[in-house]
Amino acid sequence: MAATAETVKTVKSVTDEYKHGFVTDIEVERAPRGLNEDVIRFISEKKNEPAWMLEWRLKAYRTWVERFLPASDPTWARVTYPQIDYQNAYYYAAPKTKERPKSLDEIDPALLRTYEKLGIPLKEQEMLAGVAVDAIFDSISVATTYKEKLAEMGIIFCSFSEAVQEHPELVREYLGTVVPYADNFFATLNSAAFSDGSFVYIPPGVRCPMELSTYFRINAENTGQFERTLIIADKGSYVSYLEGCTAPMRDENQLHAAVVELITLDDAEIKYSTIQNWYPGDENGKGGIYNFVTKRGACRGKYSKISWTQVETGAAITWKYPSCILQGDNSVGEFSSVAITNNYQQADTGTKMIHIGKNTRSTIISKGIAAGHGQNTYRGLVRVLPKATNARNYTQCDSLLLGDKCGAHTVPYIEVRNRTAKVEHEATTSKISDDQLFYCKQRGLSAEDAVTMIVNGFCKQVLQELPMEFAVEAQKLVGISLEGSVG
Amino acid sequence: MLEIKNLHARVDGQQILQGIDISIKAGEVHAIMGPNGSGKSTLAFVLAGREGYEITQGEVLFEGRNLAEMKPEERAREGIFLAFQYPVEIPGVSGMNFLKSALNVTRKYRGLSELDAIEFLKLAREKLKLLGMDEKLIQRAVNVGFSGGEKKRSEVFQMAVLEPKLAVLDETDSGLDIDALKIVANGINTLRNPDRAMLIITHYQRLLNYVIPDKVHVLAEGRIVRSGGKELALELEDKGYAMLDSADANAAA
Ligand SMILES: Nc1ncnc2c1ncn2[C@@H]1O[C@H](COP(=O)(O)OP(=O)(O)OP(=O)(O)O)[C@@H](O)[C@H]1O
Ligand SMILES: [Mg+2]
Repeated sequence: MAATAETVKTVKSVTDEYKHGFVTDIEVERAPRGLNEDVIRFISEKKNEPAWMLEWRLKAYRTWVERFLPASDPTWARVTYPQIDYQNAYYYAAPKTKERPKSLDEIDPALLRTYEKLGIPLKEQEMLAGVAVDAIFDSISVATTYKEKLAEMGIIFCSFSEAVQEHPELVREYLGTVVPYADNFFATLNSAAFSDGSFVYIPPGVRCPMELSTYFRINAENTGQFERTLIIADKGSYVSYLEGCTAPMRDENQLHAAVVELITLDDAEIKYSTIQNWYPGDENGKGGIYNFVTKRGACRGKYSKISWTQVETGAAITWKYPSCILQGDNSVGEFSSVAITNNYQQADTGTKMIHIGKNTRSTIISKGIAAGHGQNTYRGLVRVLPKATNARNYTQCDSLLLGDKCGAHTVPYIEVRNRTAKVEHEATTSKISDDQLFYCKQRGLSAEDAVTMIVNGFCKQVLQELPMEFAVEAQKLVGISLEGSVG
Repeated sequence: MLEIKNLHARVDGQQILQGIDISIKAGEVHAIMGPNGSGKSTLAFVLAGREGYEITQGEVLFEGRNLAEMKPEERAREGIFLAFQYPVEIPGVSGMNFLKSALNVTRKYRGLSELDAIEFLKLAREKLKLLGMDEKLIQRAVNVGFSGGEKKRSEVFQMAVLEPKLAVLDETDSGLDIDALKIVANGINTLRNPDRAMLIITHYQRLLNYVIPDKVHVLAEGRIVRSGGKELALELEDKGYAMLDSADANAAA
């Protein structure tokens, strides 16, 4: 299928070594450095937002300043980094254009070239068949492809800013209902300062005919990226959504604090896949993205389903727990994760499965790989509330260590308040054995190829959850992110 | 093709091989027999270049090149194949994928074009048939949950696909039922040709009834204590390794 080949090309950009480290030289418009109510008003004004949106941002900002900032960043995660100076960063940077381009022809050619270089052609004639892309550059969405075609089916796929303008009733109804503005330090910061993101609405009974994807790109220096994604799958609908991320190589750390909210109504399903390849920093741990993300889905309707699949290979620090709130009876939550930390990367990632409805089921498969000096923690909560009769959870956490300077940790929290619930947890930690390595080498494979192959075997269960075309690229990415981890 | 000269080798500080001389020409099949712990697998690992197996004296030449200077994967690509006594499991990696990668790095190394999935499957099916193996076996993860016999057969299958110049088979006949033994022997015989040499490590005369060796060496305590023709295997079977006590005097060098 041609579509498949094209799709593969897209994600290729996320794979072959770290060649996304370049910077696009483009004039940017920024908000003044630091964060205060004026900056928030500036952002809101830039986006021509209605009053309710600004109010919401300000409420979040005040909560952040009063409740979260004094207590400083969350400290319970197993990651360490110097205190971030939140007043020393820019919260808004956008490529300078007079107005938001109405068609792709009006987009700055330098931007188009950037996406081309990343393997994401946005020009109509080269557009990817079978994948609709929303391209987010620093703070704003620069292009969304296939919009019209999807609109014919009633599917809304656009940038978040556009949704606020065009579909305010939907945004108001759902925004903050899964991740409230006062949820946590980074989500609250995001609620105050978010600049753009993607918005998806699938109407009742519609099966979205193509993969929807957002491609996040951080370009500007000293700039945080705070995007928000909101996906609503109405009754009986289905959508598969994929996000990819890259950033230039810089010596300073940059903050990426996103929020993703998913909502499924009765019998609806959202499949959300992430291939996260932010710049991880160099081999001495200098630079790299701080990936502090809040992702949560609510299975509101009965028999609805949300599955998170993530391949986290980039970022200096990853702090994220894509979660499912299983409210609807018989709803299903899934979390499948591969997290790789090499060199000095740190990851504290996992999920929360909150069983509220009857017969709710959840499955957690976590594969953590640590190499170099990497630290990899699985942190997960399974909570079964009193009314969740017959709730089921199965958790499997496997860690693989390469070398002896890295660490893998498993921190499961299990809270069961219904006697009919069944919760299973299995955990293993292993190393690649010398026997396995020698066996592979004896067949002609280099040590690196052998490690890539063995690690991919270890991750297989998760990788096969990805849309097929992306799975192949994810496998390559696994190999690349482990480069230099074998002597 | 293979010249083992006065080979002494150490494993984890323990001297295991104490002076071995064997010379194998292209087209020849040699058998090595010897009691448990005599150093047969150690010799196989030294030939394949396993880390921790250190040559302390003597040398091994493969097609005139000093093996000590070659990394294990390089030896493999040059055409040295080891059928393991205990093949290791690699979870999640399909046999198909594993062997295709192995074949393609080797082909690339030799300046040949890589095989695509379809070409590889065709080749694999041919060889599977030769060994009476089910395709399902190579769709599964490498050696995971294989029975003892399946593991051994799969090693010979891999050899058939990789077509090495020198094959070292470490107790490939152990644990095979009589039918499987015949099939494996037949597979080995099919691979016998004037350009290929084989070193077959075995405890039993059984296999050698089907795969007739050009030479048989008996290894004991890290030394070759006897070398001879195929009848030596029969004699051993008959008298057991006890015969070596009296045979030490006329040990072949
Ligand atoms: N890592 C090691 N450290 C110390 N001694 C070792 C090590 N590996 C092997 N040996 C010893 O070397 C000797 C030879 O072992 P090897 O496996 O080569 O024997 P073998 O002839 O293949 O025996 P078998 O017929 O049982 O397979 C044995 O005494 C064994 O215990
Ligand atoms: Mg042995």
